[in-house]
Amino acid sequence: MNFKLKIWRQPSAASKGELRRYEIEKISANTSFLEMLDILNEQLIKSGEEPVAFDSDCREGICGTCSLTINGEAHGPAHPAAACQLYMRQFKDGETITVEPFRVRSFPIIKDLVINRGALDRIVQAGGFISARTGSAPEANSTPIPKHNSDLAMEAAACIGCGACAAACPNASAMLFTSAKISHLALLPQGQAERSRRVLGMVRQMDAEGFGNCTNTYECEAVCPAEISASFIAKMNREYAIASLRDRLGE
Amino acid sequence: MIGSLESKTPDGPLPEKWRKHQNNSKLVAPNNRRRFEIIIVGTGLAGGSAAATLGEQGYNVKSFCYQDSARRAHSIAAQGGINAAKNYPNDGDSVYRLFYDTIKGGDFRSREANVYRLAEVANLIIDQCVEQGVPFAREYGGLLANRSFGGAQVSRTFYARGQTGQQLLLGAYQALSRQVAAGTVRMFPQTEMLDLVLVEGHAKGIITRNLVTGKIEAHAADAVVLASGGYGNVFYLSTNARGCNVTATYRAYKKGALFANPCYTQIHPTCIPVSGQHQSKLTLMSESLRNDGRVWVPKKEHDRRSPNEIPDSERDYYLERKYPSFGNLSPRDISSRAAKEVCDEGRGVGETGRGVYLDFKDAIGRLGENTIRERYGNLFDIYERITGEDAYEKPMRIYPAVHYTMGGLWVDYNLMSNLPGLHVIGEANFSDHGANRLGASALMQGLADGYFVLPYTLPNYLAGQIGKRPAADHPDFKKAEGEVRARIKHMLDIDGTRSVDSFHRELGLLLWDKCGMARNAAGLQEAIERIPRLRQEFWSPNGGVSVLGNGETFNQSLERAGRVADFLEFGELMCRDALARDESCGAHFREEHQTGEGEALRDDEKFADVFAWEYQGNGKSAEPILHREPLVFDSVHLAQRSYK
Repeated sequence: MNFKLKIWRQPSAASKGELRRYEIEKISANTSFLEMLDILNEQLIKSGEEPVAFDSDCREGICGTCSLTINGEAHGPAHPAAACQLYMRQFKDGETITVEPFRVRSFPIIKDLVINRGALDRIVQAGGFISARTGSAPEANSTPIPKHNSDLAMEAAACIGCGACAAACPNASAMLFTSAKISHLALLPQGQAERSRRVLGMVRQMDAEGFGNCTNTYECEAVCPAEISASFIAKMNREYAIASLRDRLGE
Repeated sequence: MIGSLESKTPDGPLPEKWRKHQNNSKLVAPNNRRRFEIIIVGTGLAGGSAAATLGEQGYNVKSFCYQDSARRAHSIAAQGGINAAKNYPNDGDSVYRLFYDTIKGGDFRSREANVYRLAEVANLIIDQCVEQGVPFAREYGGLLANRSFGGAQVSRTFYARGQTGQQLLLGAYQALSRQVAAGTVRMFPQTEMLDLVLVEGHAKGIITRNLVTGKIEAHAADAVVLASGGYGNVFYLSTNARGCNVTATYRAYKKGALFANPCYTQIHPTCIPVSGQHQSKLTLMSESLRNDGRVWVPKKEHDRRSPNEIPDSERDYYLERKYPSFGNLSPRDISSRAAKEVCDEGRGVGETGRGVYLDFKDAIGRLGENTIRERYGNLFDIYERITGEDAYEKPMRIYPAVHYTMGGLWVDYNLMSNLPGLHVIGEANFSDHGANRLGASALMQGLADGYFVLPYTLPNYLAGQIGKRPAADHPDFKKAEGEVRARIKHMLDIDGTRSVDSFHRELGLLLWDKCGMARNAAGLQEAIERIPRLRQEFWSPNGGVSVLGNGETFNQSLERAGRVADFLEFGELMCRDALARDESCGAHFREEHQTGEGEALRDDEKFADVFAWEYQGNGKSAEPILHREPLVFDSVHLAQRSYK
């Protein structure tokens, strides 16, 4: 298969970027999208042009490192999948493919397609945990958890932290990411003690990082490689309302 | 030159050693802990849990990772599960049985006391993780669910769908995040360790490169902990993440830390077969699939029929045939070799003939498609995405791939290397898995080391070190920093013609061929001849490596070049170790040493010991020196491993 590529090149955070055109030929349909970029980079190195910088690590959709906007869609057309799980058989021979980084103000570009997602770490640091001192835990089976709650917590916990939700959202909202962690921990008995503090802290940090609000467009859910449900955002809003009220009442 | 290797294993009966050691270990008082700086390299299960726990105890921790977030360390990709001898299913499990299965699984090439300790603290890990909110699978009654895994006859594996590593890592990451917020841990993401700094023989710091700005920095500390994972990527194609590398441990080796058993590399039996020459990685299908899948190949050679057209009588369920009591759940090394054998006979399946079937038809018939979907749905999805085939309709094709490395830096019972102050945990050390690791044991070891072992043993070193931390501008730091800068400049100046990946791929193919699933003396000698030539080519201005860009910016070619340069040296060490170990054991299969039935033949008289290598330079005249730590077995009888 042959493709025409338009790829975002930007030498550094401070410099201006542009879409540059490349052509690539004789790509097997079983090549993954990132392997296609590897092959392009081999060509560029041969011709003395600096290779395209892009992020990837596990290349199996679990680490959340890859962060490409392909033909305008976060992670490309093969939902639910991360960009690393995309194969060239998804594209038409001769197609022009546009590759850009995730476009979110809170994820500044480092170089070419590589972005800084430190904002997501800071949201977790603002309360996305259960304070369980090492070695102080009770016997694991002493608190049975209904399978339904535990399964639901797992669905929320499956988030890979890639940030595609914010990239797809017209408001650049990180609510799917934040609500998934809040819901995961609020659904478990171990998460109750810090439940109010957690939602207040995480939402405040999310706002401070400059992410936008949710206006129910569901783009986040559509692109999420881990199929996190947007219903968790509703859960987060309930959690936040109750916690704010309690906070105001001085509880 | 190093004297004899002392494991510092405590005396006394096996079940009492760890408690006794804990009671005799030194303590650092709470008000003194904040006077110590601890460097931890790596934020996977071992590094993340150690950083969180040491921070919580009040130490000042600096945590480094090459990824852009601690949550992306490669532990996240582990699918199957984590072992513990809770005996919740009431099938007769115990700490002793978990210990015995693990040491037998490692083909009696690991330290008895370390393995027993691992089995002992495993139960605490489950308690700890549940308390952190890890959503392990549960039964309808609300209690934790278990499943069985390769190499065991009990159900002792805890799991969170096919994403156990992810959930355990997020637990550790969240605990780490809590400490970052509390100010006890400082994070250095996108920062790579490029050298270890010794001051008066003690590990007192590291030199790093900030991958975003290119800045080279010196970090001084009271102790250094390496939790930088394994070296499977030396083979180029493996199930490891692209960034996994040997640099941190290899740099420590070049500074005098002993590298133990580098030839013990695990080839995982259930991966999606290689399909093209530009493939960048291999994808694992969790071993848990072998609980319900049956492995087979056609009885006839070169049988090109579609699998569903081959009747049962013309299929060879070779694992069930050869190992009736463990069958499809035979350990990884045995299952991998068996797959290689049937493919070598010409009975492999798929386009390349390097594949075997993993068939769920019987399980779907017995349990229904829904149950199978619930158990393995995400794995079936991964398979379909990569191959375009539906495994509910047609058996999966699988083939072994490099997955995990049992070897690593040598450590004593305190997890300290031969260099005082340098501690090594998780996959980066050599200690617990011997010559082969059983399924669901890697997560167990990573978290055991980080949560429950290192925090108790580190004070044995620290207690004598109050006020001994050098400043980061100490001459030894300046010297190491200068060497790092010179090496980077050298790499950028080569200005050759080949990409970093092309060298890496060539090295990988050579090692897979000569030092992969089966090895022999002639092949290993050939590799030992050829690797230095490839290394020379890499550094040569004529046809050498091409690293474009500069060192002061984000430069992925430069990062990879540094890692591949280390692999090009390390690969040779691996082959030397494989050649010196003139026996077969676990994953190390020397063709010269096999039973009449093709099983690994150990030589306990000569080789019941740990091989630990001391660096002497890279020249021909400077071969590494081999040190041997004899393994003493007081509690187990060295049986020939049988899964028949």
